[in-house]
Amino acid sequence: MSSHYEAPIRKPLIDGNKSYHDITVEVAAPVEGKANKLWWTVFLISLAAFLWGVGAIAYTIGTGIGVWGLNKTVGWAWDITNFVWWVGIGHAGTLISAVLLLFRQKWRMGINRSAEAMTIFSVVQAGLFPVIHMGRVWDAHFVLPIPNQFGTLWTNFNSPLLWDVFAISTYLSVSLVFWWTGLLPDFAMLRDRAIKPFQKKIYSLLSFGWTGRAKDWQRFEEVSLVLAGLATPLVLSVHTIVSFDFATSVIPGWHTTIFPPYFVAGAVFSGFAMVNTLLIIMRKVSNLEAYITPQHIELMNIIIMITGSIVGCAYITELFIAWYSGVEYEQYAFLNRATGPYWWAYLLMMSCNVFSPQFMWFKKLRSSITFSFIISIVVNVGMWFERFVIIVTSLHRDYLPSSWTMFSPTFVDIGIYVGTIGFFFVLFLLYARTFPVIAQAEVKSILKSSGEYYKKLRDGNHE
Amino acid sequence: MSNKVIQAMYNDDDVLMDAVKQVRTANHHIEEVYTPFPVHGLDKAMGLKGTRIAITAFLYGCVGFSFAIWMMNYMMIENWPQDIGGKPSFSFFLNMPSFVPIMFELTVFFAAHLMVITFYMRSKLWPFKEAENPDPRTTDDMFVMEVAVEGNENELVSFLEKTGTVEIKVTEKH
Repeated sequence: MSSHYEAPIRKPLIDGNKSYHDITVEVAAPVEGKANKLWWTVFLISLAAFLWGVGAIAYTIGTGIGVWGLNKTVGWAWDITNFVWWVGIGHAGTLISAVLLLFRQKWRMGINRSAEAMTIFSVVQAGLFPVIHMGRVWDAHFVLPIPNQFGTLWTNFNSPLLWDVFAISTYLSVSLVFWWTGLLPDFAMLRDRAIKPFQKKIYSLLSFGWTGRAKDWQRFEEVSLVLAGLATPLVLSVHTIVSFDFATSVIPGWHTTIFPPYFVAGAVFSGFAMVNTLLIIMRKVSNLEAYITPQHIELMNIIIMITGSIVGCAYITELFIAWYSGVEYEQYAFLNRATGPYWWAYLLMMSCNVFSPQFMWFKKLRSSITFSFIISIVVNVGMWFERFVIIVTSLHRDYLPSSWTMFSPTFVDIGIYVGTIGFFFVLFLLYARTFPVIAQAEVKSILKSSGEYYKKLRDGNHE
Repeated sequence: MSNKVIQAMYNDDDVLMDAVKQVRTANHHIEEVYTPFPVHGLDKAMGLKGTRIAITAFLYGCVGFSFAIWMMNYMMIENWPQDIGGKPSFSFFLNMPSFVPIMFELTVFFAAHLMVITFYMRSKLWPFKEAENPDPRTTDDMFVMEVAVEGNENELVSFLEKTGTVEIKVTEKH
């Protein structure tokens, strides 16, 4: 027992008196059981939204992106807003699984699997937007530097848009193998429990024949550590490069050096909010309250509070620098953001992202599950508006006042956005019913150090 | 030498660790240990050598980094230099700052994927691979130690029984 010592001041991360077998049974239960009515209802609604989105995408591809609300002044609007929003949401998964692994935070183990799943599903949504925005999706492979019939026609490696292609594809594929490698022992657990031959076959296939030899575990741990080390700078690079799409341009309001850290903080902020939204529901529906405890939610709320404050600081710095620069155009861009025709979007952004996370300073509020859920939704609304404000307000009043205009989305813009939300939930709901949603092997390894029962046992001995 | 092994099962990681240490001190050969989760210090207790997979990741990263440099130098400087936004394209080093993000991404891409592929190959993990764990409970809550039998079956069984095992099986290893 002494080798499992953990300071008594640390709160337990697994509630109740669990054995290793209990963990197996409870993690396998949502997969082995039947879906209830609520699952089917949410699934069918999401599926309908997804199909509506597919229709809107088909209409866009068939007719051209003229069916969107874009005009010659505002050439980027909902599509890129949605793209940045989804990529940002994706950041929490890697942050939880990689950065918290490097910092040896045990609380990541209850939530990392679902957070990584969320990362992968949301990056898939993000990737859709730039591809559709190309107009000619059938030429999408031209973003890759592949030899072609034109001989010397290569991609432009000076362009941040191309950097984005590399960053997002590396991020998606590395996150996927990180996730899958962690899943192998848990798929093996489901495989060895499966009774129906079909399930046995599927989980054998998915688990790649994992057996749990001592040498395999040694490599597994080393691979996880190195992947975490690689994924940490990778996740920071991804949103940095997304911010370069704006920061390397010469548009007032975009051309700022604060963008990379500000975008990364915002991404983590919105990502943790989405993890909270999903897990607060999932822990209830899948009976995983002992593994995703109020302590996990409280810790995530603290991260939301900190990153929200960094984002708030960045907003104010931007305003100050715009004034201090003495550049008339830069000053106008920010004045127009706050007081122009899109003032309401700016106000929403400010109140959702800067004001609302400050409630988390109060212990009572940040440990309330209902309040956390509400804030998690508010934050993601705010972060969507942040991207909308940055993109549309910087474009809609350009250098030529005669071309000043407004942007309003068409039903197609809205349809595609709603469609990606549907697609995201379809994927997540299917995942919740077929995958081990808790990294049970890792949770078992911290049971004796951080399980409530074992902690009480030890603390009792000390007193 | 026969391929007979004794499979001693344990239901607790701490008991297993003590057992591994006892078996090693008694100079018996541990063939394999199967555990449902990573037991810290088990590899050292068993006397396994450290893994070199992190070194391979470093080497793969170097390959990715070199590939990125070669690719961008070939495409942007040698094959078809262009004036893009006034960024200098006469030499690689003048144009290099623009290439840094992709050098980084490809380094990570190569290091991560090739390391994981190496891990899968070395540990024999791939789709349609049959699992070889001796008991389905080893992915749940059972820890199995396989000890090689060298004509000392009865002695070994009675020795292992004293190490806190909950079940002992003598089987022929394929």
